[in-house]
Amino acid sequence: MAELVKLTIDGRTIESEKGTLLIEAARQNGIEIPAFCYYEGLTLQAACRMCLVEVEKTPKLQVGCTLPVAEGMVVHTDSPVVRQSRKGMVEFLLTNHPLDCPVCDKGGECELQDMAFRYGVGESRFLERKVHTDEKQWSPVVFFDAPRCILCYRCVRICDEGIGVKALGVANRGVVAEIVPNHHDHLECDECGACIDICPVGALTSGIYRYQTRPWEMEHVGTICTHCSDGCRTTLGVRNGKIMRGNNRDRSGINGEFLCVKGRYGFDFIEHPERLQSPMMRVGDSFEPISWAAAAEEISRRFKAVKERGGKFGIIGSNHTTNEENYFLAKFARQGLGTNNIDHHRTGDLATFFDALSGRNDALATTADLYSASAVLIVGNDLSQQHPFLAYQARANVRHHQAHIYTVTSGPVREDNYSVGSAANVEDLRDKLKSEKDLVIVFGDSVQGDALRKLVAFGDSLGIPVKYVCLVDYSNSRGAFDMGVVPRDGGMSIDQMLAAPDLDVLWVVGANPLKRGSLSAENAFVVVQDLFLTETARRADIVLPAASAYEKSGTVTNVCGEVQKLKQALKVMGAKTDLEIFGLIAKEMKLNLGIWLPDKVFEEIRKNVRGYNVPLPVVATGGAAPTLPLNGHVAALPGVIQSAGDTLFTSGSLSKYSKILNAVMEAPGGLYEGSKER
Amino acid sequence: MTFSPALEERFAALLQKYPEGKTRSAVIPMLIYAQDEVGAITPELIEEVAKRCGVAPLQVDEVVGYYSMLHRKPLGKYHVQVCTNISCMLVGGEELYEHAKKKLGIGHKEVTADGQFSLEEVECMGACSWAPAVEINYDFHHFVTPEQLDKLIDGLKKAH
Repeated sequence: MAELVKLTIDGRTIESEKGTLLIEAARQNGIEIPAFCYYEGLTLQAACRMCLVEVEKTPKLQVGCTLPVAEGMVVHTDSPVVRQSRKGMVEFLLTNHPLDCPVCDKGGECELQDMAFRYGVGESRFLERKVHTDEKQWSPVVFFDAPRCILCYRCVRICDEGIGVKALGVANRGVVAEIVPNHHDHLECDECGACIDICPVGALTSGIYRYQTRPWEMEHVGTICTHCSDGCRTTLGVRNGKIMRGNNRDRSGINGEFLCVKGRYGFDFIEHPERLQSPMMRVGDSFEPISWAAAAEEISRRFKAVKERGGKFGIIGSNHTTNEENYFLAKFARQGLGTNNIDHHRTGDLATFFDALSGRNDALATTADLYSASAVLIVGNDLSQQHPFLAYQARANVRHHQAHIYTVTSGPVREDNYSVGSAANVEDLRDKLKSEKDLVIVFGDSVQGDALRKLVAFGDSLGIPVKYVCLVDYSNSRGAFDMGVVPRDGGMSIDQMLAAPDLDVLWVVGANPLKRGSLSAENAFVVVQDLFLTETARRADIVLPAASAYEKSGTVTNVCGEVQKLKQALKVMGAKTDLEIFGLIAKEMKLNLGIWLPDKVFEEIRKNVRGYNVPLPVVATGGAAPTLPLNGHVAALPGVIQSAGDTLFTSGSLSKYSKILNAVMEAPGGLYEGSKER
Repeated sequence: MTFSPALEERFAALLQKYPEGKTRSAVIPMLIYAQDEVGAITPELIEEVAKRCGVAPLQVDEVVGYYSMLHRKPLGKYHVQVCTNISCMLVGGEELYEHAKKKLGIGHKEVTADGQFSLEEVECMGACSWAPAVEINYDFHHFVTPEQLDKLIDGLKKAH
């Protein structure tokens, strides 16, 4: 335990760790010292002067956000002098700040409003004209209204320190000082929008949210982002069945406030005009809408016929559907249809991973480990592009704990900027790694099979505690594997299904295998459940409109094996969740596969799936419960394992139907070029 | 971008001067030395300094915007800086500045057509005891009267 010092704040004697900043010590004891520029986790700025407090025996007011506590210190945070100074500061900040609160996006959740309300004076002595500059658009998602800015530098710091991009700066000085983007009139950055969220006022506003709603008109639904596998919680602001914005200002979830462009903006695919809203049946070369009952009847009839004559099924599951849906689909395949031909687009070699680490659940890293380990080794992945939250964790670890980052990648990656060792081969880093206290090894899809076993052997030979993360692409890639949407016990893999000329049924749930591959069996009966008429859906005999992750409840498992709960934010007319669709078909086929309510299925998962006996209260209250799947041999699986290689701005077919992600990709800037090619 | 051997040597020494990982500290001295050689802070110079100090070009740009002694446009051969802050103002600094404007026929931060002179009204340069003060390039001139300023400028014109 660190050394404690005793001090007095507002007449209360408190104890605090030596070196704690006064503002934090006060906060920990329930005393608020107001501040704009001070922000937990970022470097100190001491620019706003709101946190001035009176410290006895010092002649002038002291800056609470940079002053470490000391033994015997006597502090007054609410004396007449301090109150007067705060009033002055608020009056000063408001000299040029426009009073357009009634139309400002931030109105109602603005820190300057709150400060003016609590600490300000009712009137201003300034009679001069306010300095005005017009608002500017810096990118499809970032707008800047300079007069509202109070120059707290939070945006500059979060971009530089948190995201590692350094896209924002401050030009000029004094009354004409202004936040500027890195390319004169536009931004070339990750477009993550962290600067917008962190802005205490309405100076930085979001391209999709500005002038759309008042904050208090929305319901706030905390759910898990449906894009990459990092499992960030995004709190969706929903008004009248429409998602207005995504952010995570309440720091719920494993990601704290962090979100990338996809988590913050990439939900507009939901309302894309091409979204499927009715089941459709192929008639000749075109599709005709049919009822759910008719669709279920037709599917049931065809499935039953194939099952009875011992025909060949091929079932392809999804990387985006919930654990409950994946579990139910696997059960449907094995128990209901009597087939092991079930697979999904596998993006990481989890089978070998679990086998190689068998019996060692403590060797699985969580997202929190990336922030606390003394070293992180990144092998074969561009973490900032494909796993922005994991990259953020590692960056924060460097900043806060001076952790060491090592990279072994084929090309240059952002992590190189602060890594202490880059090599072509992990062996070249052996000596350095050996001297670390502990290590997390994060590796991509290039490390599979024997290479994966070798990497684990390498980690184990270092003689220090090592944990691992096997990277997978999408929001529930890990869950799809865990729930058994894989061709074990002699089942066929996706490529085998597509190549089999005698396949009778191809049932595709939330996947697009025909985007690159083609189906050999010309007469196969094809059923597709999806949000859009994808390349695969176009080949279908029956297409069923499915709900996205934002329209359903259930659980998903992130890249580190942490289970989290989805919360339904809205309903889209016509679409059903995949679980409902499975239930409907099962009922029609008179199969007894159990109740298809998410909570009931999750109960079953907890009982039956290896490692998923997670504490229910943790999951139910929105926590992330780590699964412990490492006990026993896991057989190798047939088929190809390959990451889709998505970038920061792409996410399979979801990004194709997201206007805002496309707008970001089309905007000028070198960072997007990699995305355009896809 | 390359500089004269002397300046390159100076930069090399500069980058050695700061603790490891703190090369951003070299941004300001590099800019001011380079400005003297190049004549102004050009966009290329910003990129170059950023590269050498290991910071983002935008961060160098911030510095250039902040410090009034760094200029984005070329100055005259002789840069006349007249102080009008309080000590100088009390003893005729403002009149001196007005006189300089008339004498050179240019205003604040402007350059004469022949590129010989530029003028700038500056904040305190720490010469209060010898006010009013004028600085031409790096040379200080103390207790300056309008007549003396005329003489100074005429002398420089002749020297040219």
